[in-house]
Amino acid sequence: MELYVTELSKYVITFLLTAYTILGFITFKYKGEKRRQGLYNAQNIVMFLMFIACFIQIEAKVGKIEYLFFFTVILVILFATIMLYHMIYPDGNRLIINNMCMLLMIGFIMITRLSYNKAVRQFLIAAVSLIIGFFIPNIIFKFEKAKEYGIIYAIVGILALGIVLIMGSATNGSKISYTFFGVTFQPSELVKILFVLFVAASLYKSSDIQHIMTTSALAAAHVIILVLSKDLGSALIFFVVYLGMVFIATRNVGYLAGGLLLGALASVVAYKLFTHIQVRVSAWLDPFSQIESGGYQISQSLFGISSGGWFGLGLFGGSPDSIPYVEADFIFSAIAEEFGIIFACVMILICISTFIMMMYEAYRIADKFYQLIGCGIAITYIFQVFLTIGGGTKFIPLTGVTLPFVSYGGTSVFTTVVLMSVFEGLTLIRFDEAYQDYLRKKQTERRQVTYEKSREQKRQ
Amino acid sequence: MKNPENKRDSNVKTPKPYPIIAISVFFVCLFAGLIVYICYYSATNKQELTNNSHNTRQAILLAQNTRGTIYSNDGQVLAETVTDSEGNETRNYPFGDLFAHIVGYASNGRAGIESFANYYLINTSISLSEKVQYDSAGQKYPGDSVYTTLDVELQEIAYNQLSAYNGAVIVSDPKTGEILAMVSKPGFDPNTIEDEWDSLINSDGTELLNRATQGLYPPGSTFKIVTALEYLRENNNEYSDYSFNCTGSYTLGEDTINCYHGESHGSLDFFKSFAKSCNSSFANIGVSLDRDKFASTLDDLMFNSELPLDMAYKQSSATCSNATSTGDMMQLAIGQGATSMTPMHLNMITCAIANGGTLMKPYVVSSVECENGTNVETFNDEQYKTLMTSEEADILTEMMVGVVENGTASRLKGLSYTAAGKTGSAEYKTGSSDSHAWFTGFAPAEDPQICVTIIIEDAGSGGEYAVPLAKRLFDAYLGA
Repeated sequence: MELYVTELSKYVITFLLTAYTILGFITFKYKGEKRRQGLYNAQNIVMFLMFIACFIQIEAKVGKIEYLFFFTVILVILFATIMLYHMIYPDGNRLIINNMCMLLMIGFIMITRLSYNKAVRQFLIAAVSLIIGFFIPNIIFKFEKAKEYGIIYAIVGILALGIVLIMGSATNGSKISYTFFGVTFQPSELVKILFVLFVAASLYKSSDIQHIMTTSALAAAHVIILVLSKDLGSALIFFVVYLGMVFIATRNVGYLAGGLLLGALASVVAYKLFTHIQVRVSAWLDPFSQIESGGYQISQSLFGISSGGWFGLGLFGGSPDSIPYVEADFIFSAIAEEFGIIFACVMILICISTFIMMMYEAYRIADKFYQLIGCGIAITYIFQVFLTIGGGTKFIPLTGVTLPFVSYGGTSVFTTVVLMSVFEGLTLIRFDEAYQDYLRKKQTERRQVTYEKSREQKRQ
Repeated sequence: MKNPENKRDSNVKTPKPYPIIAISVFFVCLFAGLIVYICYYSATNKQELTNNSHNTRQAILLAQNTRGTIYSNDGQVLAETVTDSEGNETRNYPFGDLFAHIVGYASNGRAGIESFANYYLINTSISLSEKVQYDSAGQKYPGDSVYTTLDVELQEIAYNQLSAYNGAVIVSDPKTGEILAMVSKPGFDPNTIEDEWDSLINSDGTELLNRATQGLYPPGSTFKIVTALEYLRENNNEYSDYSFNCTGSYTLGEDTINCYHGESHGSLDFFKSFAKSCNSSFANIGVSLDRDKFASTLDDLMFNSELPLDMAYKQSSATCSNATSTGDMMQLAIGQGATSMTPMHLNMITCAIANGGTLMKPYVVSSVECENGTNVETFNDEQYKTLMTSEEADILTEMMVGVVENGTASRLKGLSYTAAGKTGSAEYKTGSSDSHAWFTGFAPAEDPQICVTIIIEDAGSGGEYAVPLAKRLFDAYLGA
């Protein structure tokens, strides 16, 4: 009986996630949120069913009743988030919120399976982040002066990163965090938000070369500090986000090409300078020959991914714990092992649908400052997804960043929730623009009508 | 459209932001590549990754499934796991050390079929309802069974005939690539390997080494097959005009090559030089060969390169370049000097000659079946590569028949079938005439069904010691 349940639930879970994702992509058929509501509601039902299926699978396998309480709380918080967002910000984009909650949910389930204590901790941080997140769209919508503080964002960002470099404690060979009243922060995560604001504020009004050079110098300062802190993943994210935003702001392919060239040169120099990087590159090229040293993590990650097959071994059916840092850097491998390759790939598609939706929303914002922020957030998000999944699967060298929403890591969850909330603020602005346009059109129409009426009256 | 007098920015109408589309398309393509890569990589490398000794998931599978059984080609058990009433498992090898190297062992690491078919043996393909039955009976699931191409009778003959000598025997079917027998001596008993492990790895002996695939030997005169092929390629029409007068040795500059035991073969043509295995004549041929072309023939025949084998093996080495001295060319032509080869590699070249120039990929696992008898996977005959043209293969076959009819393998003459082969007596110590006895060949020559390669260490001449063993194998297989 237990076996039938665990086996059958594997297919059910994969099917439900696939259905959820397809519903998400169908929303692109409609331009406005109003006509998408039915799809969103269907998504929420599928989400709920999948959560139940996962819970049944876990119970059939381990039968621990303490999970019941925890899972109920998770369910309540996630669905409250979805409902409250919809009620408070009826004009906000619901796909982004749905996807955020879905990914958080997958993360909670996987982390619970790996370590119950870590899951509870992760859940508390996520809950606080979501509550803070509720206020952010409104702030973004109302706080129009945000675009005037470009330089301040940069100074705060560089200072925060600089302090870590000087005082921070070393984790995994990289100096990336500091501890504050018992809570460990990873400022590079938080500075991402400031960085996007800084670049947008600095580039929205002018794209003359001198201006771009000063902005680039400040952006480079961020990246260099991160490289010196050996936080390669974040350094790469900052670099790519900056390039993307400059390209969008200037519409000039030359900056993109020049930036990539410079980046390539910098990579070569960094490779020559840091043994840290050399180890990772050689572990990427051939992890199995150095499995006892640098290639251990990536080899174990590949073992995990391949052992699951298309439909996975089921929760608690594999041994993802053999991968070091599995709950943070290698959560994708754990998911592939126990939920299966199909589930893992469909999960990537969810991330892509979030990205496309953000780029689409940003595309439609007329105000360049907000458009740039939107694109910056979208690129930050999707590139981080690429780095962590690509690194864990030996597609690219390992950089050690987390999978947004899914990985264990307080600062990471907080930052991504805030980023998405900022984005929701942008969709409100976009909606407002459309509304103002609509009002103006009405006004001109009305004027025309009265004009024609008066002419008619004159003629008469 | 009017310029919006929006309270927010954009008094200037912005053009359509095409970079947003470009960046979106770029990332979508990047992820499409990533997803395809993940699916492809995990599907194609699953077995290899599961078999990696650092992968702890093997232990999980073994805790859940009983290791599967390995069968011979007629369904006799070669290896099985026996579970006693207390649930203790022992791996049992009914034939003891007979199949030691090819079947291998599964404790203290793994070797042979136990190693490269490990993935099948530790996984199970029984249905869900059967799993439930095993669960309720409190039993582990049975792992899948591996059916091999190994023939117990041929293996026994090879094993017994090798008697107390060290060496290796490979019997294969040139038309399919099936490996019918593979013996290596000295051996070990896989039933007791766990207890004997320390002494096996600490002793100077090489019992664990599978000489058939991992033993590198000087090929001696059997290498003349390669030299002859190269001569044929360079002298397409004139090889029948070749003549040489053997006086028992050949000297060029400071280098001298002697015939086996100093025998002088008198006046020889190309075919006779091969049949009599005349070293002097082949040294003479060797110095006439184009070094670049010889090097490319060596490449064609898979020297210094990988072989299409599932089991552990060593690469053969034979080098020829513009830097090769005349003396070395003479040594190379007769398979001495720095040249070394595994018996399996020689068997593959022989198989290609027997099969009209095309090498079939050698294989020993023919199918995998699950406990209830349903087929999990079948391995079919597979062409690996064309090593030579069918004309070249025909001429070499004719030459190898000549070796039997009026040459060094005369012990195979006058039988109910026509055999073809080449002997070798490879000297392995400089300054001594002690030699390994080689034979490689196939039968019947007109429609080859069995291909045999034999090396008997330190026995003497191939014609005297290796050929009789080949005869026993041919007789048994062809029912003569």
